[in-house]
Amino acid sequence: MAGEFGNPEVVEEEVDILLIGGGMACCGAGYEIMRWIDAAKGAGTDISVTLVDKAAMDRSGAVAQGLSAINTYIGTEQDPADYARMVSNDLMGITRDDLTYDLGRHVDESVHLFEEWGLPIWKLDENGERHDGSKGLTPLAEGGTPVRSGKWQIMINGESYKWIVAEAAKKALGVDNIQERIFIVKLINDKNDPNRIAGAIGFSTRDHKVVVYKFKACLLAAGGCVNIFRPRSVGEGQGRAWYPVWNAGSTYAMAAEAGAELTLMENRFVPTRFKDGYGPVGAWFLLFKAKATNAYGENYMVRNAEMLNDYPPYGQAAVPASCLRNHLMLKEMKEGRGPIYMDTVTALANLRETLSPREVKHLEAEAWEDFLDMCIGQCGIWVGENIEPEKKNSELMPTEPYLLGSHSGCCGIWVSGPTDVGAPTTETEEGVPDHLPSGWNWGYRSMTTVSGLFTAGDGVGASGHKFSSGSHAEGRMCAKSMVKYVMDNQDYKPEFAESVDDLVAEIYQPVKTYLEFKDYTTAIDVNPNYITPKMLQFRLQKIMDEYVAGVATYYNTNGHMLDVAEEKLGMLKEDAMKMRAKDLHELLRAWENYHRILTAEAHMKHIQFRKESRYPGFYYRTDYNLVDEENWHVFVNSVYDKESKQWTCFRRAHVDLVDKSKLFK
Amino acid sequence: MPTFVRTDKCDGCKGQDKTACMYICPHDLMKLDKDGSETGHAMKAFNQEPEQCWECYSCVKICPQQAIEARHYADVVPLGGSVQPLRGSDSIMWTIKFRNGNMKRFKFPIRTTPEGSIDPYGGKPEADLSKIEESGFFVQNNGYRAGDPSELIAK
Repeated sequence: MAGEFGNPEVVEEEVDILLIGGGMACCGAGYEIMRWIDAAKGAGTDISVTLVDKAAMDRSGAVAQGLSAINTYIGTEQDPADYARMVSNDLMGITRDDLTYDLGRHVDESVHLFEEWGLPIWKLDENGERHDGSKGLTPLAEGGTPVRSGKWQIMINGESYKWIVAEAAKKALGVDNIQERIFIVKLINDKNDPNRIAGAIGFSTRDHKVVVYKFKACLLAAGGCVNIFRPRSVGEGQGRAWYPVWNAGSTYAMAAEAGAELTLMENRFVPTRFKDGYGPVGAWFLLFKAKATNAYGENYMVRNAEMLNDYPPYGQAAVPASCLRNHLMLKEMKEGRGPIYMDTVTALANLRETLSPREVKHLEAEAWEDFLDMCIGQCGIWVGENIEPEKKNSELMPTEPYLLGSHSGCCGIWVSGPTDVGAPTTETEEGVPDHLPSGWNWGYRSMTTVSGLFTAGDGVGASGHKFSSGSHAEGRMCAKSMVKYVMDNQDYKPEFAESVDDLVAEIYQPVKTYLEFKDYTTAIDVNPNYITPKMLQFRLQKIMDEYVAGVATYYNTNGHMLDVAEEKLGMLKEDAMKMRAKDLHELLRAWENYHRILTAEAHMKHIQFRKESRYPGFYYRTDYNLVDEENWHVFVNSVYDKESKQWTCFRRAHVDLVDKSKLFK
Repeated sequence: MPTFVRTDKCDGCKGQDKTACMYICPHDLMKLDKDGSETGHAMKAFNQEPEQCWECYSCVKICPQQAIEARHYADVVPLGGSVQPLRGSDSIMWTIKFRNGNMKRFKFPIRTTPEGSIDPYGGKPEADLSKIEESGFFVQNNGYRAGDPSELIAK
């Protein structure tokens, strides 16, 4: 029977492995997994898999628009240990070397596949001249030389990056195993083991249909979290977030509700980007050698260099941590020497001196392509304001905070790492709840602390800098371990801890609320019985901005402000039960914003717990305004109890698996 | 910078249930107004939540009628400029018009293989189940970086 608004059809499916998300991580998993499923079938085990995406895989996830660079390519000239060191320093010394090292070993395999599938990767010819990826130069896998914009980054013609990666994943999985426009709202624990996952429930954004999946294992990779803080643009431009506006914290919120241990949720990323359009700065800094200056033309990294000495050793590496670069820039803004500019005029003039006219023309195209491939909105600002980068400099601005685990951020879920790199097998910090694992690996690579629940990409915390290629590779690692998990658990029969009827009612409650109360007032959006998802989001953003170190306070907060935030977030969470949804589109927004609230709450609780300012330039606790290496060189982790709706934060010891002192020699 | 749909060009994807822009929008913004009750323009698509538009241009690029353009966000950007693509099978052409009337055109490659031609496992080995717990993927493509074992100081 077809459903209707307020009375959805309920579809129950059973599958061995569910992939939640359609971005780089799940595309990687989808590609890798079918080969292992074939192998398992050969050994007598049939394994079924389904991928669900709230959008369309061709253009879903953080790479939907395209990219102008692949930011993680190790190459033959660097060691995975070099990569682990870089990630560690950029994230102020507290990352899991086992995860980053393992990613460094694997990531180039995915990049080589992308090129084979048709992604154009820029190359250097034997004279050192740069060429588009369509010129047929030697592929990377056969020793071709990429154009390095930085030590780890390579330039691509990446408008269709996601389209290409999705094509491979879709063909591998088969269209019958893919369901698009299904938004997963909740994971369901196992009836007989609360620390095990047995299913997931979500709804179609196209049909009046709730879908319930029962499974043995699941990859939850639904991106990071955007729009929990009030953005700098609050009118029509509020959709122009730096990270994709559709990343709603679903990964963190659903994992937390299922009981998974989170890590470093206090971490955030505040990228410095071209003002208002949030165009990328990497190619300008690294490829075009541009400098950022204050309004008086002074390079603040030089002018304020001594400030880096306040944060040994992280400020003293050849490339200081990202947050510290913000820290030096913020001084200029706070002391009234803004605007901050990217000096594109000088950079391009310098480059022109050594280039032929043909190369100059190519250079101009490269500068525009950098935006057109991944941030067209920035070009919109350039054309509207008559900015041609060779004639006029552009403003830079630190953005509102973002939560993610794949870019220059490391919040996320605590996962099982590789067993062959010397990771700890015990825990030396007190206070870790008894049911959680002690060491850094517990059987299945990339499994969370909830049995059967895996994550990748933005979901994996305490690593970072995996970007698009690393997220794909991490998804592939999950694919292998999920197949192994299912083979090892063939006799396991998942049973739901909650009733399907109750869950369906809960998910459709915003629709029911709307239908019940809509005629109480004459104005559809103003009604004492419900709150629109949009206003719920505005309230969340106001709380986070004003009390949890958003742009309104120049990223400052303290224990008192956090206490106020905690009280306000508690009421907001209660009011989320009164969300209304006047159509399926608004039902999507309602549950996205519920995920945002839980993610925001985790962020606040972790900042409250960590009595120091680990990431100066991203946030400051003015009551503990120091990096306290002696007491806080530790992971802050947490678990959420969905019954009591309370968080428990605790510490885990940090251990170096590669020698970090090499960064400072 | 929200996208907008031109009434003179959109044909509602010829009366199908779902338009190309609805299919592709990553944020569920594009909607077909079947009876014209929402926009006054029956059987044409519209952006139902422009302030949530990431300006990713997925709808602009996929529209078979080139009926979708972007008007850069009014609360930020002066009027008059435009950035419009024409996406082909192997390249994309951009026409860029500044507020002051200056124009630029660029063409960039987007893929080196024909669309739909990927053979995901062609020429690739089967997975070896005996290696499922080892490091590495089912296929080695000259990209696995084993690393210098002496770097692992805790091992």
